[in-house]
Amino acid sequence: MACIEARGLKKTFGTTTALAGIDFKIEEGKIVGLIGPNGAGKSTLLNTVLGLIPYEGQLSVLGLNPWSSRGALMRDVCFIADVAVLPRWMRVQNAIDYVAGVHPKFDRERAEQLLAKTQIKKSSKISELSKGMVTQLHLALVMAIDAKLLVLDEPTLGLDVLFRKQFYDTLLNDYFDHRRTIVVTTHQVEEVEQILTDVMFINQGRIVLDCAMDDFETRYVELRPRPEHLVHARTLNPIHERQALGRLVLTFDSMNRDTLAALGEVRTPSIADVFVAIMSEPTTGDAA
Amino acid sequence: MTSLSADVSKNSASPKSTHPLLWSVRREIWEHRMTWIAPISTACVVLAGFLLGIIRLQTLLNVATKLPPMSRAATIAAPFTFAALPIMATGVVLSIFFCLSALSNERRDRSILFWKSLPVSDTQVVLAKALVPLLVVPLIVLGTLIVTQLAMLLIGTVALFVVGTGVPTLWMGWPIAQFELTLLYLMITGVLWYAPIYAWCLMVSSWARRAVFLWAVLPWFGLFIIEKLALGTDYIGSLIDYRLYGVLHLDFNFPHFPQHANIKLIPVINPLNDITPERFFLSPGLWLGLAATVAFLAAAVWFRRTRDPG
Repeated sequence: MACIEARGLKKTFGTTTALAGIDFKIEEGKIVGLIGPNGAGKSTLLNTVLGLIPYEGQLSVLGLNPWSSRGALMRDVCFIADVAVLPRWMRVQNAIDYVAGVHPKFDRERAEQLLAKTQIKKSSKISELSKGMVTQLHLALVMAIDAKLLVLDEPTLGLDVLFRKQFYDTLLNDYFDHRRTIVVTTHQVEEVEQILTDVMFINQGRIVLDCAMDDFETRYVELRPRPEHLVHARTLNPIHERQALGRLVLTFDSMNRDTLAALGEVRTPSIADVFVAIMSEPTTGDAA
Repeated sequence: MTSLSADVSKNSASPKSTHPLLWSVRREIWEHRMTWIAPISTACVVLAGFLLGIIRLQTLLNVATKLPPMSRAATIAAPFTFAALPIMATGVVLSIFFCLSALSNERRDRSILFWKSLPVSDTQVVLAKALVPLLVVPLIVLGTLIVTQLAMLLIGTVALFVVGTGVPTLWMGWPIAQFELTLLYLMITGVLWYAPIYAWCLMVSSWARRAVFLWAVLPWFGLFIIEKLALGTDYIGSLIDYRLYGVLHLDFNFPHFPQHANIKLIPVINPLNDITPERFFLSPGLWLGLAATVAFLAAAVWFRRTRDPG
């Protein structure tokens, strides 16, 4: 069963189209990166998946309609919206007690084990914790819930690099088990690149790329052509051209590597490179 | 910085029974400590005042013994009534301010995204918040009242014992149990009567993006002014008046209330036989109010559900 399945998913705010009737499917056990510029519709998409806003079209999350069954859905879905949303007046102990009191799949012992490995004191107020510690606490609470889907919306925003690295390490080592599904949006693409199984690009309310990371690596190629081959290389329909350290870099989609290797230096671009290439395309056609 | 990563054993939590409503009410009390601090503070002020005026207690009792039984009871009960009033008023004011902030604060600090990430429905959340003015605060107020009045009796007894007279009058000169039951009656009817006010405030706090207090009050004020100027009538004004004070007229048989002319200011010290529960519970005002309460709460749920949380 697909974890999330959308058909013609549409959301408008007044005259602004946030989601333009998109189709996609996220299978169980995937770690999907949802990448897009500001205002692309990432948060709107996540909000529909979490049952936080109504929408048009069809959407099924773990077999449920998220808008009409949010309460039931939240037994199997966790989300971290960003670091600032834990209530500041609450004490750490209160937070554990409360989640234990309302969540049927919360394992208090596990949360306490996870917290014991941090500097966080249970008697502390959340407002007394550093931003990084609040994230650690939130992650400990979420990781103690036996959920099927975890949604992370800019989870590491405003954290220093140590906390950011540790956040994803913990998630991957202690939480992800190939049964759970994780959907993450972030601006720090390079930090999640290594852990993703799939990547989706979203721009102006449309999915412009939806692709497994394995395919991604074979599909996109970057060429630094030798000067004499530049004209030839350009005839092969690169999707993007940019200057890097004084040399021209051409990005190709679904192009035979050996053909390109004859023209210059070939490498696999990062997600960020392909993101820039696709986002600067004049057309908004569905590349997926 | 210690790492979160650990060789923690596989999550083996099996689904267990939970009580979302109960825990949601508990968390309201954690967050809003004023719900118990404010009534208790008022009680402390009341007790301090009583203690400072203890010297007058003997005089009061001396006067009371010379009065006919009905007036005697009322006279002895007077300090206890004046003790009950500010504590109950604190409860009402507290409840209104609680309701005005209950559903807007969680949006302002964005903690709503945390609450919504847990399997607690909007209906349960709004119901839990409504239970604070409808149940939690009244219980705290009632408990505070009983303890305060017991303390007053105790202080009074000790003081009168020292001066040597009046102890029997303090205990026997007025129907203490009836007085307490009357207070309980007043509390229950008051909560039911004010329920639409609390629900209205909750609804506005769920809807208004800012200036919740103004949005809660100004529409009524505006309607009042417009009606007054355009039609020269006063239906809105009397509706507000009725909702604020009507409960006292329905609760008690005021014609038999001998010495107190201004019933808006001096309520209830009369014995149990002056209460008129049938009149209160059969009044359309009560049931229309409760219907409005349900409608406002349903609207609060709807707004919490549909308002963009980000």
